[in-house]
Amino acid sequence: MSLQFPIYLDNNATTPMDPRVLDAMLPYFVEKFGNAASRNHSFGWVAEEAVDYAREQIAKLINADPKEIIITSGATEADNLAIKGVYEMYASKGDHIITCTTEHKAVLDTCKHIEKIGGHVTYLQVKEDGLIDLHELESAITDKTILIAIMYGNNEIGVIQPVREISKIARKHGVLFFTDGTQAVGKVPVDVNADGIDLMAFSAHKMYGPKGVGALYVRRKNPRVKVTSQMDGGGHERGMRSGTLNVPAIVGFGKACELCMNEMAGEATRLSKMRDRLEAALMELEETYVNGNREHRLPHTTNISFKYVEGEGLMMGFNKNIALSSGSACTSASLEPSYVLKALGLGDDLAHSSLRFGLGRFTTEEQIDFTIDAIKTTVLKLREMSPLWEMFKEGVDINAIEWAHH
Amino acid sequence: MAYSDKVIDHYANPKNVGTLDKAKSNVGTGLVGAPECGDVMRLQIEVDEESGLISDAKFKTFGCGSAIASSSLATEWLKGKTVDQALAIDNMDIVEELNLPPVKIHCSVLAEDAIKAAINDYRVKNGLPELIAEKKAH
Repeated sequence: MSLQFPIYLDNNATTPMDPRVLDAMLPYFVEKFGNAASRNHSFGWVAEEAVDYAREQIAKLINADPKEIIITSGATEADNLAIKGVYEMYASKGDHIITCTTEHKAVLDTCKHIEKIGGHVTYLQVKEDGLIDLHELESAITDKTILIAIMYGNNEIGVIQPVREISKIARKHGVLFFTDGTQAVGKVPVDVNADGIDLMAFSAHKMYGPKGVGALYVRRKNPRVKVTSQMDGGGHERGMRSGTLNVPAIVGFGKACELCMNEMAGEATRLSKMRDRLEAALMELEETYVNGNREHRLPHTTNISFKYVEGEGLMMGFNKNIALSSGSACTSASLEPSYVLKALGLGDDLAHSSLRFGLGRFTTEEQIDFTIDAIKTTVLKLREMSPLWEMFKEGVDINAIEWAHH
Repeated sequence: MAYSDKVIDHYANPKNVGTLDKAKSNVGTGLVGAPECGDVMRLQIEVDEESGLISDAKFKTFGCGSAIASSSLATEWLKGKTVDQALAIDNMDIVEELNLPPVKIHCSVLAEDAIKAAINDYRVKNGLPELIAEKKAH
């Protein structure tokens, strides 16, 4: 099969929808258009039945009860609902939240909001490999702590936090544990019971489902967790999230979860092999570094710094043919180096020199071959053009130069 | 953000990439920017001492496509000019020629700074006083 361009390697930003998901959704636009909250007629019943079925598919993927799934517009809304909802619901118990510096902006900015309205937030630093220090976590807990918010898998570097150890610490101190599972659910086995998760945000469009739909898992037993609604109205989703349900999207979300449930294991093996091959080939270039822990990470992600070459300039060498990301898609418009990479202790120069590869269900070996060639060629070309590379080769200590900062 | 055709062309076929012998008295070297900011430009001029014209110009740039294009264009413009004419090159000329969007104007400023730094280096080497450049806001 001949290669089609452009090649998509930005599956951490979003995934293409699986055609099987689209097929499942189609009847629910025109023919079965009912409002799932209409209790008095068959249009409503059909929609409700579809939502119930999807909720089961979604719950099954994370080993939850369908009643524990609160449908939202996506992971950002679920992050907001979890953090703000817990903060309000448990105000009498305390006002302190613990999170970490490499969280997604949807978590960090929500925590900033909590601080603005009088709450207290501890932002844990991560270690060089992107993982949090469990001792630091435990010692940050006070009698006012109500929530630990630590993500499952990181969107930029793919590292997987020690979720089970975190939840043990949370349980021991009677603190709720919320995790942003957006990048992990559907890619690696996530089991809310075995993992000890109390709340978890995730999203359909990161797992080959449609955009605009996601969920917040809210534990019902041991302990029973409640969140204060952030969207008032008709009392949908057990009163935690009002608003008419987006039936076709939910049906698609359910189907996407079912496909992940069935195919995740094989897919993870295939993708991690391809990812490792890509990584090994690119590491043949001098002064090339993989960012973040390489053992505890998502199977489809790698983040690589090509020293002495600037990331945006590097991408320009192949962005007609390959779509990938330099830093997070949410912040790359700002031209600032990635805050996640800086949190690992990378200098701005290495952070500026990084590319994020996100492989996916539809990535092929041929695409990886092409990508390896294109990136190697561009890195070598740009290094020939880089004054920093020349200095490095001549043994000049770049850090000893007094650069004019602007 | 889409790059202009001219930026793409300079990026794909950069003019005058390379290194001049900075030990020579008729070669001026300017190194501006900082790795932390994601842009470093090194621009060099070689002045023909008889005619006073810039006979050669070379650059190396660590940066985005616009930074590479700005320095490539600058070296093209420098060749054949007198040092005084070279001083008159304004960053907005580069912005106009390459259709740089507002977020990339700093690349053109850096290129202008690099030209001035190279000229100053040349002047100092040849016993002339350093020019005090008006500082542009980055």
